[in-house]
Amino acid sequence: MPLLSVKDLRTCFHTRNGIYRAVDGVSFDLERGETLGIVGESGSGKSVTCYSLMGLIPQPPGRIESGTAVFDGVDLLRATPAQTRAIRGKRIAMIFQDPMTSLNPYLRISEQLIEPLLIHEKISKAEAMQRGLAMLEAVGINDAAKRIRYYPHEFSGGMRQRVMIAMALITRPEILIADEPTTALDVTVQAQILELIKKMQQELGMAVIFITHDLGVVSGLCDRVQVMYAGRIVETADTRELFRTPRHPYTRALQQSIPSLQAKGAELFTIPGMPPDLSKPLAGCAFAARCPQAADRCRHETPGLTAWKPGHEQACLRVQAGEI
Amino acid sequence: MADTILELKDVRTHFPIHEGFVIRRQTGTVKAVDGVSLSVQRGEVLGLVGESGCGKSTLARTIMQLVPTTGGTVVLEGKNLTAGSTDEIRAVRHDLQMVFQDPFASLNPRMTVFATLAEPLLVHGRCTAAEATGRVAELMQLVGLAPRFMQKYPHEFSGGQRQRIAIARALALRPKVIIADEPVSALDVSIQAQILNLLSQLTRKMNLSLLFIAHDLSVVKHISDRVAVMYLGKIVEIGRAVDVIEHPRHPYTRALVSAIPVPNPEIERTRQRIVLPGDPPSPINPPAGCAFHPRCPHAAEKCRAAVPALRPDGGREVACVRLGEF
Repeated sequence: MPLLSVKDLRTCFHTRNGIYRAVDGVSFDLERGETLGIVGESGSGKSVTCYSLMGLIPQPPGRIESGTAVFDGVDLLRATPAQTRAIRGKRIAMIFQDPMTSLNPYLRISEQLIEPLLIHEKISKAEAMQRGLAMLEAVGINDAAKRIRYYPHEFSGGMRQRVMIAMALITRPEILIADEPTTALDVTVQAQILELIKKMQQELGMAVIFITHDLGVVSGLCDRVQVMYAGRIVETADTRELFRTPRHPYTRALQQSIPSLQAKGAELFTIPGMPPDLSKPLAGCAFAARCPQAADRCRHETPGLTAWKPGHEQACLRVQAGEI
Repeated sequence: MADTILELKDVRTHFPIHEGFVIRRQTGTVKAVDGVSLSVQRGEVLGLVGESGCGKSTLARTIMQLVPTTGGTVVLEGKNLTAGSTDEIRAVRHDLQMVFQDPFASLNPRMTVFATLAEPLLVHGRCTAAEATGRVAELMQLVGLAPRFMQKYPHEFSGGQRQRIAIARALALRPKVIIADEPVSALDVSIQAQILNLLSQLTRKMNLSLLFIAHDLSVVKHISDRVAVMYLGKIVEIGRAVDVIEHPRHPYTRALVSAIPVPNPEIERTRQRIVLPGDPPSPINPPAGCAFHPRCPHAAEKCRAAVPALRPDGGREVACVRLGEF
């Protein structure tokens, strides 16, 4: 049985300009100890998917229209506030893109770091401080005994992200959701943080959902990848499989448009046009308007995810029909 | 070389740090740019890479004369901008234009595309008000925008389209040099590729020189003829893009190249990666000697002794005293 099973998740935002379907029927399973990458461009619904699971969608304007997300017998989307409190920050933790805005600037690191322990475990403050210190050392902060008394502004970006990771992992969660944790960081610091996440995952045996727009990051870190476009999953496969034989035209286009370090071409491959406006009803495949291989029926029929081979699913009508 | 269009000699930009409210005094100096010399040829694309805080944006602003220089000279086509009066600088500004990182912040939200693009033309007397519509339409076509969007406002465009408007604005006066400060960092991969293609087409078509600043080495390698790598206000390696990025010589360039995740699981999982310890040091109090030595895997005693100068090394220049020893 999977650790987390998401079925047909639909999250909409009711705005003045219409109903914006940010996540439009997303289903996936997460196994214990697995690293799942969710890749997509801005507005593809990758963050909203995870915010929905964590109960972080502001309602209104957001609304979870349908779906289930079962974690250990509890449907996260319909959990009571008490159930949510027992899971969020304890068994499922999350780290965010910008470590500057996700730490409270008024509180010392120590208070923020041990807060989850004081809430979720019956533990004295002294003991919690001990565990906090150990955790700070584990995430590679030197001189932790002194630095635990610092305020967030006294740390650099990379250090703050380490503190965020320490805070998320202090309760030994079963799932860590990482929402673009390295996007705001420099490459050399990004390399440090990725190594750290890998190391902590091995030590704690947790599952990780890693949201990113960078296919390079995914290739080194994730066991499985799912590619999202316009609120839907268009392809999901084992990482090696996905990079070796991408089937969906969008995945292929995404891969080709990276100015890779390996080859210096004259002209970069580009995807014409822009992602669709999600506030307008979408007939057929969301990628059809930009797809070089789109046929007539791509504009009317909505494709579903089907297995192309075991463990490799994709949502392109023409691939499913064996035409491309 | 013969056709140098922009030349920097020992450019330094320092910012004083003041403390105290009643008795204000200078307590330190941020050496954002500290002795940079480089040249850009006509029609050349020079990539400038480095991490945040290394001074690459300050260098761009220094070249544009948007911040005062502390020392050194910036020479554009034989005219020394650092010694020039305001009027003299204004007279050559049209030859030197800039594209900024964030197209959401660099366009005036209350000006239509037409107003944005016509303003430089009218200010510099390049055309009459009657001709402006035609010139703006030409500019929009040049960057791949339909002229019928002329009366729209920036918020009606996507990020990629806004960056096209910003590029059109920079091109309006037919400059000789464009400085692009992280022009694609705020864009998605598929849009980024469109803007990169546009920039390289335009430089070829208009024989423009481009100083392309970015932190993403793969982007820089794709677009640049030559690449300069900056660390803490100084250039540590400069040479042909392919040489520098495929066979980096300076330990910092090596680490930088190795830190980029490769979008290929087979390579990414087997290659040796250099993970640098720590963060870049502060430019207020840089380490003695080579600024990189506290993080350098090859640092020796002599690295602490003196600041290494750029030395020629087979067609490129590298600033490392231990070069060839590791």
